[in-house]
Amino acid sequence: MQKTALYDLHKAMNGKMLDFSGWLMPINYGSQIKEHKAVRKHHGMFDVSHMTIIDLHGRQCEDFLRYLLANDVAKLVANQALYSCMLNENAGVIDDLIAYFFSPDFYRLVLNAGTREKDFAWIQQQAINYKVEVIERQDLSMIAVQGPQASAAVMPFLPQSLRTVAKELKTFHSVMGEDCLVARTGYTGEDGFEIILPHKQALRLWQQLADAGVSPCGLGARDTLRLEAGMNLYGLDMDETVTPLESGLTWTVAWQPDDRAFIGRQALMAKKQSRYAKRYGLLFEGKGVLRHGQKVYDNNDNFLGMISSGSFSPSLGQSIAFARLSDYDQGSCQVEMRGKLQPVSIVKLPFITKRD
Amino acid sequence: MSDLPADYKYTKTHEWVRVEEDGTITIGITDHAQGLLGDLVYVRLPEVGQIIDTQEECVVLESVKTAEEVYSPISGEVVAINEVLEEEPELINQGAFEQGWIYKVQPSNDADMDELLSVEDYQAMIEQEDD
Repeated sequence: MQKTALYDLHKAMNGKMLDFSGWLMPINYGSQIKEHKAVRKHHGMFDVSHMTIIDLHGRQCEDFLRYLLANDVAKLVANQALYSCMLNENAGVIDDLIAYFFSPDFYRLVLNAGTREKDFAWIQQQAINYKVEVIERQDLSMIAVQGPQASAAVMPFLPQSLRTVAKELKTFHSVMGEDCLVARTGYTGEDGFEIILPHKQALRLWQQLADAGVSPCGLGARDTLRLEAGMNLYGLDMDETVTPLESGLTWTVAWQPDDRAFIGRQALMAKKQSRYAKRYGLLFEGKGVLRHGQKVYDNNDNFLGMISSGSFSPSLGQSIAFARLSDYDQGSCQVEMRGKLQPVSIVKLPFITKRD
Repeated sequence: MSDLPADYKYTKTHEWVRVEEDGTITIGITDHAQGLLGDLVYVRLPEVGQIIDTQEECVVLESVKTAEEVYSPISGEVVAINEVLEEEPELINQGAFEQGWIYKVQPSNDADMDELLSVEDYQAMIEQEDD
């Protein structure tokens, strides 16, 4: 089992450690609901060092990523980042990731933890015909500080040289210091930063933030926050058997320009011409929790599809879920929960929008 | 973890059992069990007057993370339920051994008590689990 550099601090802070894709990670530090609410109300911090960080160097980085990814890095200005799926030839999702653009010969990819080996192998294999060097960065930790007051909380602890720029960063923009990347990205639907830095500095930052009153939050809260914010989780909401179109990720596919031949484009075009299942948001107002794998039916008991991920929404006090359903235009459906069909509403995503 | 009450009995499936002065038996889940479940969001209670058998599902606990059934360690008639749990399921997280009690039964089979674990045996069991 792998541990992040912050493992001992998690234990000392009463973190309940569980196996997460081969990593011992904190699921909560007492109460996942309290941690969730802290992030929505002021701020919280997450150790996400288990995620895979890959740097790409070389003069053909841009050409390579325009081939590798379904979204188009050519849209980016320097220090901007992009969310994208990485597809196979059948347009199945190998992984979803964030690509950070620094200069034409330097990009960074942040990918999921559970897909590390297949991602690295796939990227190396695809890079054979490009002048690109693929380097995994196991020397780096990653801390996410999220919430409406995250910026003010984290600012005093960033390297002095980055503060002025960091403060003014727009969403999905970043600033790279000597050995610290500060990006205005996250997985909670709130304002905040993801900070990538060497392990030693990460230990210090985590401790400083804790001393300043920022709540440590586990991966449990991270899951309910991302669900409320309408964000997918790889392995549950999409995988290699489905395309971005069936996963609520059509907006991440850059169809233009027409002549950009990214991996999976042909299969994706064919899918687009067909009738395909789509992602829907579900809200259950009764007592019980919508969960992965539950079956969804229309109001005449015809099977529509399955819930891909579901949980209790601490912000709404009700249960919410994503489901992949055959094309459906009704405002309600039924979900089989503990042997009984229960009436469930279909609602627009995201469930929660940020208060500005 | 909070200390285990010494005068309670326990089960392998992490319920606790307390014999009251009037001979009724109160049942709940242990602090260890609530820790495994995480924040509770719904509790489905049995009904007062319901006759339950041992190993019969009589309570459903739903946490943010998972759903878990409680199988009654004691057979008999349900004489009281902790109705507050319907509005405040987090009482189980906050005080599994006291305010988080779930239901009380009038026992119908004294032999049910023989199946339970002593506090020492239960302590040893969860210590082994944690390793």
